[in-house]
Amino acid sequence: MSRLTQCFETLSNAGRKAVIPYIVAGDPTVASTVPMLHSLVAAGADVLELGVPFSDPMSEGPVIQRGHERGLANQVSLTQVLEMVTEFRQQDQATPVIIMGYANPVERMGYAVFASECATAGVDGLITVDLPPEEVGPLNVELHKVAIDNIFLISPTTPAQRIKTITANASGFIYYVAVKGVTGAGNLDSSDVGVHLDLIRAETGLPICVGFGIKDAESAAAVGVMADGVVVGSALIDTMTNAMESGSSLDEGIEKAVTLLRSIRAGVDNM
Amino acid sequence: MTEMISPDLFASVPDPDGRFGPYGGKFVAETLMSALADLERVYRDLSCDSDFQREFDSDLAHYVGRPSPLYEASRMSDAIGGARIFLKREDLNHTGAHKVNNTIGQALLAKHMGKKRIIAETGAGQHGVASATVAARLGLECHVFMGAEDIKRQSLNVYRMKLLGAEVVPVTSGSKTLKDAMNEALRDWVTYVDNTFYIIGTVAGPHPYPMLVRDFQSVIGREARRQSLAMTGKLPDALVACVGGGSNAIGLFHPFLADEKVTMYGVEAGGHGVETGQHAAPLSAGVPGVLHGNRTYLMQDQNGQIMETHSVSAGLDYPGVGPEHAWLKDIGRVNYVAANDDEALAAFHHWTRTEGIMPALETAHALAYAEKLAAEMTPDQHIIVNLSGRGDKDILTVAAIEGIEV
Repeated sequence: MSRLTQCFETLSNAGRKAVIPYIVAGDPTVASTVPMLHSLVAAGADVLELGVPFSDPMSEGPVIQRGHERGLANQVSLTQVLEMVTEFRQQDQATPVIIMGYANPVERMGYAVFASECATAGVDGLITVDLPPEEVGPLNVELHKVAIDNIFLISPTTPAQRIKTITANASGFIYYVAVKGVTGAGNLDSSDVGVHLDLIRAETGLPICVGFGIKDAESAAAVGVMADGVVVGSALIDTMTNAMESGSSLDEGIEKAVTLLRSIRAGVDNM
Repeated sequence: MTEMISPDLFASVPDPDGRFGPYGGKFVAETLMSALADLERVYRDLSCDSDFQREFDSDLAHYVGRPSPLYEASRMSDAIGGARIFLKREDLNHTGAHKVNNTIGQALLAKHMGKKRIIAETGAGQHGVASATVAARLGLECHVFMGAEDIKRQSLNVYRMKLLGAEVVPVTSGSKTLKDAMNEALRDWVTYVDNTFYIIGTVAGPHPYPMLVRDFQSVIGREARRQSLAMTGKLPDALVACVGGGSNAIGLFHPFLADEKVTMYGVEAGGHGVETGQHAAPLSAGVPGVLHGNRTYLMQDQNGQIMETHSVSAGLDYPGVGPEHAWLKDIGRVNYVAANDDEALAAFHHWTRTEGIMPALETAHALAYAEKLAAEMTPDQHIIVNLSGRGDKDILTVAAIEGIEV
């Protein structure tokens, strides 16, 4: 059983929901990334999502775009991201780690090399924003060989009949994008989320996590009631960078983001 | 090697998944997949609907001013002393470039789909102007995304778009040029996908864009084919067009692809020289990858990050190229070459002074190569160059490069 499946089973048995933070590798510094991942786990994260910096992050709003720019300025490539996962695994063999990014760095590395390096590093899952089921076939073949989960996005615009096409290719969990838009955008409508989650549940027994538009304990709790987990990214990065821009140190900035995650954990646990 | 290719091959691409051999496809976020499927369905129905075709042809005739002339550049041909050079005068279209052929077509699609808001990306501003123009005519809201760097170097077109009622949105991320404008347009589309039609300006992006933009632009090659036969009694020996994303080139080339005796040259932006790395010539010096919804040749580093490009012409300053060109390169049907900034600037002046036709700097790349090519050919042969746009928009750029205050 994969680390992700195990994780969701344990949570489900305990009647708990997954809290999944997203940060960009190398943002704000290369040295801060792995310690921040450990801090996020200590603050209650169940699964970690690590963003691979890309020059053209087409689905990201301004907050995460700037995170990608900082990661690139720190010269973080896909190879370095995998090295960070390797380093993280030296202290934590339990928490699932997903890497999230765009197709081209993976294409450039080569699917087979990428899959085997992921397995060696201890990566559990992959989200590639611009590889829909129609384009993912050859990569999925390689991921299956090394039992790495491929996690797909389903959005409010996904027609009901298409959900099956997506779930057929997916493993680990389904990531429901709660708003039409880029990361960090708008406010989500939780009643609309409920309708879509029911449609997805009709097609798959995989856990469903919801992301895009979750900003705080309240919005996390509103969605957590319906889903198996919540993903929070922009709010963490925004909290960290705002603090640093108003004079806080790197450690204080990270601590503020970790504190936000702790309050989201509490919000989801106490709903 | 073209003798080996069956003429039917060119009519068979893209396949139903939007692929040209290994290139093309639909590499986009899930939120856009249903919008692309809707567009594909509407286009499939309308492209064989005679009323739609009549409306498109009528707009091209009465609004754009088609057919555009095929003009023999006799003075230049005589000066070179090689092949006769003919210019397909897309610069005489309404708005001054080939771009409007496509925006007319896509605006009609938007109208049929009931979309009230259109968005576009632009580099040199020609596609932005052509989009703002059709939006004004149809009473649609129009937002044009343009790199902050390009806004500086194409200020005339920016003002033109504003006069036409469009909002020009400066893009300050990344390299602040065309690729970043396209990122931002995709971000907008994903946010307002319900009421918005994205008019992509070139034969790139996710399927069905490379196909439908090619189809709309192919009017150029169909006319040129007829005109060549009428004026010379034969097909041209060679075709030359500049290639950024590649829409004017595919528009000229496509109706000739099955004519194996017609050789074709796509001219990329060599910038400071392909060997310097400062250029925008992915077919000459790039490797395949995935960007902006399609697999194609890209300028990228060893980690798969997209590289910043350089060209004197904003319209060619793009790290990718349409997937059909990538395929045509691989199968050897089209030759892709490069012309550098200085060669394009020299051609800009040379053609302006010799023929009284001031080309866009993009087009000047094709003209620079055509001069070299013609010199190696004989007077019984002839070349058609796609004169894709006029150079009025570039006057300030040229003046600045030459240190002249206007």
